[in-house]
Amino acid sequence: MAARGCGAVWRRARQRGAGGPGPGPAPAPSPRGQRAVACNARGGAVPAGKSGLAPWIPVVGLEIHAQISSNSKLFSGAQVQFAAPPNSLVSFFDASLPGTLPVLNRRCVEAAVMTGLALNCSINKKSLFDRKHYFYADLPAGYQITQQRVPIAVNGSLSYSLCVDNKMSQMVTRTVRIKQIQLEQDSGKSLHDDTRSQTLVDLNRAGVGLMEVVMEPDMCCGEEAAAAVRELQLILQTLGSSQAVMAEGQLRVDANVSVHRPGEPYGVRTEVKNINSMRFLAKAVDYEIQRQIEELENGGTILNETRAFDSKLGCTVPMRDKEGKQDYRFMPEPNLPPLILYDEKSLPANMNHQQVINIDWIHKRLPDLPSVKREKLVEQYGILPEHSFTLLNEDGLAEFFETVVKQTQMKPKKVIGWILNDLLSYLKQHSLTVKESPVSSFLLADLLNLLEKKEISSTAAKQVLAELWKGEGKTPLEIVKEQKLELLQDQKELEQICQAVIDGQENE
Amino acid sequence: QKVSVEVLGHLEHLALVDFRDSEGVERLRKAIQFADQLHEVNTDGVEPMDSVLEDRCLYLREDDVTEGNCTRELLENAREKVEEYFVAPPGNIPLPKLEEQDAFLQGS
Repeated sequence: MAARGCGAVWRRARQRGAGGPGPGPAPAPSPRGQRAVACNARGGAVPAGKSGLAPWIPVVGLEIHAQISSNSKLFSGAQVQFAAPPNSLVSFFDASLPGTLPVLNRRCVEAAVMTGLALNCSINKKSLFDRKHYFYADLPAGYQITQQRVPIAVNGSLSYSLCVDNKMSQMVTRTVRIKQIQLEQDSGKSLHDDTRSQTLVDLNRAGVGLMEVVMEPDMCCGEEAAAAVRELQLILQTLGSSQAVMAEGQLRVDANVSVHRPGEPYGVRTEVKNINSMRFLAKAVDYEIQRQIEELENGGTILNETRAFDSKLGCTVPMRDKEGKQDYRFMPEPNLPPLILYDEKSLPANMNHQQVINIDWIHKRLPDLPSVKREKLVEQYGILPEHSFTLLNEDGLAEFFETVVKQTQMKPKKVIGWILNDLLSYLKQHSLTVKESPVSSFLLADLLNLLEKKEISSTAAKQVLAELWKGEGKTPLEIVKEQKLELLQDQKELEQICQAVIDGQENE
Repeated sequence: QKVSVEVLGHLEHLALVDFRDSEGVERLRKAIQFADQLHEVNTDGVEPMDSVLEDRCLYLREDDVTEGNCTRELLENAREKVEEYFVAPPGNIPLPKLEEQDAFLQGS
C-alpha cells in the first residue's frame, strides 16, 4: 500500500516533466529514458539486473537547506554566527518564552527573492507562513515556522554540467526542475551524551533563516546529484544569499531515492539524511540505489523510511526516532500576515521604502551567475568550456587567470595551461587555496613574459616556477640569472659550442 | 458520534495530551460537537480566512543584531543544566502502546 501511494505521487511528477507545461526548460522528448541510458553509458551507476532483465532506473530528488547569510535571525534580532558560547545568541523568542512574537527580517526575504530569480522561479507576490508541529528538544516552540502552502518562489530550473567520460573530458549539460523555495526557521543543535543518557541542547542556531530548495526527482545517480548541488552552491555564493559551506552546516542535503523498472511506476522512496559533504552525497546516493536494487532483486521490499548515511562504513542505516509517518498538523501561522512583494507595476506610491521589497529592483542588481561568467571567459579568452568550469570551481582562480592574462603578451589559450596544469597542481599538492599561493599573479606573468620573449625555454620556465614556489622572494629574472637558464641567442657562441662537441666526438 | 480508540491514541501521541478517563473523552466529544456547528454555514465560493491579520502589512525588520547575550536569564528556567546547555532526555520517549497504558498511568 505504501508503494502505491508513493508511486502515485512520483508518477504525477513524472507526467509533469514529460508534458512540460509552464515556466522552466523545454523538456527533452523522453528525459527519463535518455538519462537512464546516459547513466549506463557512464558504466557504473545502473548495472543490468543479474537475471539479465531490463536495467533499473534510479530516481533521485533533493531537498536542500541553505542557511541565509544575514546578521540576525529570520524572526528575531539575535545574532547569526557559527561558533559561539552555547545559548549566547538566543533571544526570548528563539527560546519560545511566552509573550514573544516573530518579526520578519527583510534581508532574509531579499535573499530568498534573489535565489528564486537566479533559479528562474516565479516569485509569489503573496506568500504565507505556516506552523509545522513536531516534538523535539531542539525545537522549543514545538513547531517550526515554514511556508508549506504558498512558498515565496516556485517552478524554477537549475542547469548543471558533468563530465561524461573523465578521460575524454566531454561535458554535458543537464537540467533539474526546482519545485519551490521556501523560507523557514532552523532548529537548535542537540549534542547526544549517550554515557549519561541525556541530550545537551544549544539554541544558538534556533531561528536562523533557511531557504529550503526542493529539486524534483530529475536526477539518476550520485554524480548528477553532486553536480547539481555544486552548481547551486556556486550560485548561492555568487549571490551572497548563503555562504553555503557544507562543513559548517550552512548547506544540508537530504536525498530522496527510489528505483523502478522501465515502463513501471516509480518505486517506494527512502529519504537519506546526515550527508555532510559533496563527496559523501554522491556515495550515499549511489549506495542507496545499489541497496534498493539488491533488496528488490532478492525478492525483498523497500520501506518508505528515513535512513542516515554512515560515512565511516559508507552505507545507509535506518534512523532511530523516526517511527512511522509523521503528522505535522500544518496550520497557518496566526501571528504573521501574508508576505506581499512588489514589482515596478504594483509598487505602492506612498509606502515607506524600507517596508517595500521590489522584485524588479532586485532582478536588475543580480550579479553574473556562474554559467554567465563561464560563457564570458570562453568567449573573451578562447579557452575550452571545461577550463572555465575548473576556473570557477576554485575560489579566486578565475581572477588570478585574468590578472595574469592582462600582464602578459602570452595568448590566454597558452596561459590557461600554466594555470590549470602547473599552478593548480602545485596548490592541490600542498593543499593551498589560490589566496595562499606563494606565487602571485604578477610573478607568474613575469615568468610567462620571459618564456614568450623566448629568453628561456619552457623546460627552464618549469624549473623557475619550482624555484618560485619556495616563496623566497626572488623574481623570475633573478632565478634565471642564478641558474644560468638563459637561452643562447648569439649565433657565433652557438656555433662554437656545436663545433666543440663535434670536435670532442671526433677525438674519441 | 463516538471517537474511535485509534483516533484517541493518535491524538494523544501527536499532542502529548492525556484524555485519561471517560470524562476526558466525553469532553472531547462535546468539543467536536460544538465545533461541528460551523458546518451550518454555507461557504461555497468563499476563500477561507486563516488570519484576522490578512489585510495588515507584514512589518519588515532591518537586519541588525538587537537581542541575545542573555544566557544566564534563559538558563534560570532550566531544571537541569550542564555548562550553559539545556539538558533533555536522550531522545523522544515514545508513549506506551494502548495495552501498556494502564500500567503506565498507575506508575505516574
